[in-house]
Amino acid sequence: MVRNQYDNDVTVWSPQGRLHQVEYAMEAVKQGSATVGVKSKTHAVVVALKRAASDLAAHQKKIIPIDDHIGISIAGLTADARIMSRYMRNECLNNRYSHDAPLPVNRLISDLGNKMQVCTQRYDRRPYGVGLLVIGYDEQGAHLYQTCPSANYFDCKAMAIGARSQSARTYLEKHLDTFKDCSLQDLIKHGLRALRDTLPNDVELTIKNCSIAAVGKDMNFTIYEDEEVEPFLKAIEGEERRGGAPPPPDDAPPLPAAPPEEKKEPTEPVPDVAMETQ
Amino acid sequence: MSLKIHHPVGDVASGDGKQAYFSPYMDNGGSTVAIAGEDYVIIATDTRLSAGFQILSREQPKLFRLTKSTVLGCSGCWCDILTLTRLIEARIKMYNHEHRKQMSTGAIAQLLTTMLYQRRFFPYYVSNVLVGFDEEGKGITYSYDPVGHCSKSTFVASGSSGALLQPLLDNQVGLKNLEGVQPVPVSKEKALTLIKDTFVSAAERDIYTGDGILVNIISKDGIVEQTIPLRHD
Amino acid sequence: MEAPMELLRQSINPSFTMNAPDIMPLPSFPAFATDFKSRTMNPITTGTSVVALKFDGGVMMAADTLGSYGSLARFPNIERLLRVNDSTIIGASGDYADYQYLRDIIEQKVIDEACQDDGFGIKPKNLHCWLTRVMYNRRSKFNPLWNIYVVAGLQDGVPYLGYVDKIGTSFEAPQVVSGLGGYLALPLLRDAVEKKPKMNQQEARAAIGDAMRLLFYRDCQAFHKYHLGVITKDGAKIEGPFEVDVNWDLGYHIHGY
Repeated sequence: MVRNQYDNDVTVWSPQGRLHQVEYAMEAVKQGSATVGVKSKTHAVVVALKRAASDLAAHQKKIIPIDDHIGISIAGLTADARIMSRYMRNECLNNRYSHDAPLPVNRLISDLGNKMQVCTQRYDRRPYGVGLLVIGYDEQGAHLYQTCPSANYFDCKAMAIGARSQSARTYLEKHLDTFKDCSLQDLIKHGLRALRDTLPNDVELTIKNCSIAAVGKDMNFTIYEDEEVEPFLKAIEGEERRGGAPPPPDDAPPLPAAPPEEKKEPTEPVPDVAMETQ
Repeated sequence: MSLKIHHPVGDVASGDGKQAYFSPYMDNGGSTVAIAGEDYVIIATDTRLSAGFQILSREQPKLFRLTKSTVLGCSGCWCDILTLTRLIEARIKMYNHEHRKQMSTGAIAQLLTTMLYQRRFFPYYVSNVLVGFDEEGKGITYSYDPVGHCSKSTFVASGSSGALLQPLLDNQVGLKNLEGVQPVPVSKEKALTLIKDTFVSAAERDIYTGDGILVNIISKDGIVEQTIPLRHD
Repeated sequence: MEAPMELLRQSINPSFTMNAPDIMPLPSFPAFATDFKSRTMNPITTGTSVVALKFDGGVMMAADTLGSYGSLARFPNIERLLRVNDSTIIGASGDYADYQYLRDIIEQKVIDEACQDDGFGIKPKNLHCWLTRVMYNRRSKFNPLWNIYVVAGLQDGVPYLGYVDKIGTSFEAPQVVSGLGGYLALPLLRDAVEKKPKMNQQEARAAIGDAMRLLFYRDCQAFHKYHLGVITKDGAKIEGPFEVDVNWDLGYHIHGY
């Protein structure tokens, strides 16, 4: 990555009107393994690709329950995510204690956004190096939010973040109109297909590297891990990848659909969404 | 038991013209009975909420399901009960998040002790009875004093009729002071009848117990709830 | 703090405090308090009972318009019901200043929530819970808000009626009467509901009217004018003040005293 004189401090602007430290933090999200979120009218789902630090280590869990009605999936620095999840859990518990009600998802997200923003404007802080997909269900239905280290957050119909997530977003964009009326089963299948599209061709989704979580009407936030994932993987087994391209022979080179941000080494990082300044 | 009739705008006029007093406590009555067996545990409370000679509510549940197999029954100062149970529920949720598993009855029992003792010098004025299963899967009851003393047993009565009912349980379940009896484990059915009978008796003598009984029968398969009417006077 | 207060008491024209309850110390204004940690441990201007009842499709609540200064009927035209939003009304017994303090906080809370403009508004159950926490926290600091609050409303279309007192005792019930009315009017309401379990609004009005009349007859701090709050699916309205129709003629038939 190219360094320059305007990236030593979070609080220093570059002459182009950019905060380089914040943008570097955005890059941390792309280092994390991919995670995909989708929602219908009644349910919201996240699926995540887990990595193991080494053969000796277990796969790092990426989906964190926040409350009965909210959960998150992370891409980026797990340690930062733990701090954020602790904050979110606390907010939810406090709301239940003081108002005997689940905290509306949008309020949690806006509180979280405010907390994260502080880190982008103080010299003694650093931005959180993690992106979240937050799913939740409240009186206004199912929700999916994406949060960024830049403290921006987005209300999404479907979203994918993390390494090579562009392929997943391509899949999601293609099927966007079908999600609204999907059943939970179909929603999970869409999520898994999108997640599978981020994988190199010689890698498959397995019960080891994949976890699923869902929340919705009359359904608390539930994580499916290990054996519980198997039936869902079975449901999409043998399907063609990337929207119908025939499965390439075993020795074929990687498909060109790999995300462009992985390919080129930009002179200055150009994040795709987070630091729009209008 | 000394009683102060609860005046509408606080305890303003205490005839002798002294300074009005403020008491942060109130005895809202209520009784809890629990009997544990080999593979079950039953806990019951009455559903009356009183304040002095007033009945605030005739249908106030006083059992709190903490997990799938652990239930807490409370009586005493209702505002403390509300606060304490809310805090316990929050702490259990935190435990679930941290450990990714359900909290065991024993762990909750210990948690309750420390939570009560933390307020040793401004106690939660609550008589707690916690029931669930031990490590071997046997039914177990824990009963507490307001500042966190905890004693493990297989049967207990507590609350406003505690002193009235405990001797009965000692005799019928504990088989105390009997000669030549074979200690046979109490069946679930026997326990249930016994509990109903104790509450009917308590409602006859104790004005803070009545209106109805809420029973939770806890076994491996889950919790079955039952309500039985009592004297409505 | 006892001695200076006593001096102060003696220096004050007794006629000022003549009608105040004789247990009442001087109002502890900060300037007079020698111990800055001293707190008001008794109510000053008080309202008496709040009467409330669920009926088929709604909830109704009444509170008279009197603010008493001890046994002195000091403020005859105060309102003790607060319309919180479209589906919630609360009523307050006890210290009127404490009520006004909390009313301002609740109103600000409602405004803050409206500013979020996210479609979520506070519902009766949530407000009831929040009030319970506030009351309990204040009692735990030995600085209670000397009130009983009755929360009435529609919780997702279902009638909701709750009670919370100055130490945080809180419960839901089909009929709630705070204060002295708990002994006088509550049995009347319970009886009326037992005879007619699914009351319509008219019948509920009649039952509340009877309760208010009874309270005016029996409770020295009750008044003949009252506000009536009604919450139905058409919204929350505070009506009145209404007059209790009383008949003292029976006084002539009572002999032997």
